[in-house]
Amino acid sequence: MNSPEPNSNDLLTSSQLKALEAESIHIIREVVAEFEKPGLLFSGGKDSIVMLHLAVKALQPAKLPFPIVHIDTGHNFPEAIEYRDRTAKNLGIDLVVGSVPEALESGRVQASTLPGASRNRLQTPVLLDTIRDRKFDAVFGGARRDEERARAKERVYSFRDEFGQWDPKNQRPELWNLYNGFTNTGQHIRVFPLSNWTELDIWQYILEENIELPSIYFAHEREVFERDGMLMAYSEFLKPENGEKVFTEKVRFRTVGDMTITGGLKSDAETLEQVIAEIAVARVSERGASRADDRTAEAAMEDRKREGYF
Amino acid sequence: MELLRIATAGSVDDGKSTLIGRLLFDSKAIYDDVLDSAEQHSRRQSSEYFNLALLTDGLKAEREQGITIDVAYRYFSTPKRKFILADTPGHVQYTRNMVTGASTADVALIIVDARHGVVEQSRRHAVIGALLGIRHVVVCVNKMDLVDFKEEAFRPIQDDLHALLEELEIESHHFIPISALEGDNVVEKSDRMPWYEDGPLLPHLENLELSDLTQDAPFRFPVQYVIRPLSNQYHDYRGYAGTIASGSVEVGQEIAVMPSGATTTVTHIESPDGEVTSAGEAEAVTIRIADNLDISRGALLSSASERPTSDNTLDATVCWMGERSSLRSGAMLRIKHATHTARAMVNELQCKIDINHVSVTEASEELKLNEIGQVTLRTSEPLVFDQYASSRGTGSFILIDESTNETVGAGMIGRPPYLGEIGS
Ligand SMILES: Nc1nc2c(ncn2[C@@H]2O[C@H](COP(=O)(O)OP(=O)(O)O)[C@@H](O)[C@H]2O)c(=O)[nH]1
Repeated sequence: MNSPEPNSNDLLTSSQLKALEAESIHIIREVVAEFEKPGLLFSGGKDSIVMLHLAVKALQPAKLPFPIVHIDTGHNFPEAIEYRDRTAKNLGIDLVVGSVPEALESGRVQASTLPGASRNRLQTPVLLDTIRDRKFDAVFGGARRDEERARAKERVYSFRDEFGQWDPKNQRPELWNLYNGFTNTGQHIRVFPLSNWTELDIWQYILEENIELPSIYFAHEREVFERDGMLMAYSEFLKPENGEKVFTEKVRFRTVGDMTITGGLKSDAETLEQVIAEIAVARVSERGASRADDRTAEAAMEDRKREGYF
Repeated sequence: MELLRIATAGSVDDGKSTLIGRLLFDSKAIYDDVLDSAEQHSRRQSSEYFNLALLTDGLKAEREQGITIDVAYRYFSTPKRKFILADTPGHVQYTRNMVTGASTADVALIIVDARHGVVEQSRRHAVIGALLGIRHVVVCVNKMDLVDFKEEAFRPIQDDLHALLEELEIESHHFIPISALEGDNVVEKSDRMPWYEDGPLLPHLENLELSDLTQDAPFRFPVQYVIRPLSNQYHDYRGYAGTIASGSVEVGQEIAVMPSGATTTVTHIESPDGEVTSAGEAEAVTIRIADNLDISRGALLSSASERPTSDNTLDATVCWMGERSSLRSGAMLRIKHATHTARAMVNELQCKIDINHVSVTEASEELKLNEIGQVTLRTSEPLVFDQYASSRGTGSFILIDESTNETVGAGMIGRPPYLGEIGS
């Protein structure tokens, strides 16, 4: 795909993104107006980055009146941590870190002894503890409704009890742009301002707004090894086993999550336009395959969970 | 227009899932300028039946999960437009779902089985769409392949629904004969229906122009949040943040602050990208004014010359959504209207509205789940509003149960334009 030239299609994309942006800003403002202590879940993944960018726009020129919250598995790409810390500093906002390693150490949570078990699962109790400790009554998450079929019916406001549990009977119809934020004791809400955004919208918005992403999203040389058909990054958290050889490859990552379970893609896409072009082609070939559809969908879902969507 | 919001509803087995699956699936193909068209076509032919079935099955499985208050939101786009589809089952038990999905819709997409013609459900979908202020209806007469693509199967349906839509005062309506299963007139024009002169569904949706009634609508801006940085750089900055519910505003314009009625001038308008000289409907902006007035969330900035109504008595059409309660005279509820929350008492349930027919009402003591009626409410403080027919944003409200905090009602201020005299 050639590099895009400004044309009427681009303008149209722009106006669609503007409409989505306005809707998200409306949601963020509603929450800030009606809740005492919001927090914004920030994983350094592209969705949470866009969400933060929208929050800044919603409340400017005031500083964000709430912290960003990172539920840290401890297995981070150093680039992601650097990005997170720099972002918090530049925006002058608090960073709250809920640490899975600390919870493991204190015995608050227990690691699974199953082979290949990730810290993914452990994020949930750590998130809940963080919510309780900090008394958050509303937590912004970057989840979208197009991510998987099961999310098609998700609300923008998702009511949770103190165990973070979601009871279908407690979810409310969402009409017009009126959000009922009255909560019962012990309840908090998860808010998804990106509900109506698709993956393509997210990428196009990042491109249009020139939003910086952690460098691992772009092709770079890295020491990797192959496992289960995926290219795993060699790091202090993840070492090769029996016969797995480490080699250098040019790769990019689709998500910024736990290094021990995030596979990289062999890629030459060094710029945002090139990454988007690669994604477009991948979507096309995905449609043709049959079995591969399931596997891709499954894998993608896992990716997104790793990205911190709870 | 950038985004098109569509509400679909259909009776079971009319082919709605198949049609939606095809729209979702085939629209992706339109984006592919990486493949040449021949390759696109052959890929589509081979994989399409399998994928369509997958999507269709998925959609059906969701439906089988039982009666809930869910609306399923699906997304697809073409290079021309992004679509948000709010999909709900069509049975009368799902009325509150349809009301929810229709509340934000620009277009109602009604699917009719060519063999069965217009059934009660199709009528109800049209009535609900009209009640919720949808101004455009597209009727797809599906399964044309099972009626030999005959014009005789299509025209009576068109005539029947045309009459209904006229009665409902929905001016913009369009009928397309399709086969969702075989693809006729969905994305590409069918060559098996030469008697049909217009184009297929997707291009119609791409080009549908929403009537720009908003052009001359009076300015309405519910204040959502007051932005006060209190920083050194912005020490005196006080901005009123919100989404323009209708009309437009310009720097220098005189506006009224409701409910007080005080007037002032707009000095700055900030869009998400910086200062602008004007802004219009659905834009999220921050407005600053010349005078130091006491304005907080719940206030409404409006056109100085065309003001909204301020009153604590409302005549409204309400859809009851509460499962464990019903709406009765004397009931005490919370009401959320734009950015204003207050308490409301049901003064009178004037009548229940029969949503299977136009203009039929009956007296009733209560509105139960999924029922719609005309109601008089008294609020604890005056609301600043417009008729729903003129402005969805300042004419709509939700009712909230004070003890459970559930959303139990959806309301539209005023009465449906086509509803005749209530009584008898
Ligand atoms: N012959 C024919 N069958 C169709 C058409 N559209 C849908 N169907 C079939 O009708 C049945 C019900 O369709 P489905 O989309 O599940 O209906 P829904 O319940 O309204 O979502 C399925 O067996 C479809 O394959 C069509 O245009 N022609």
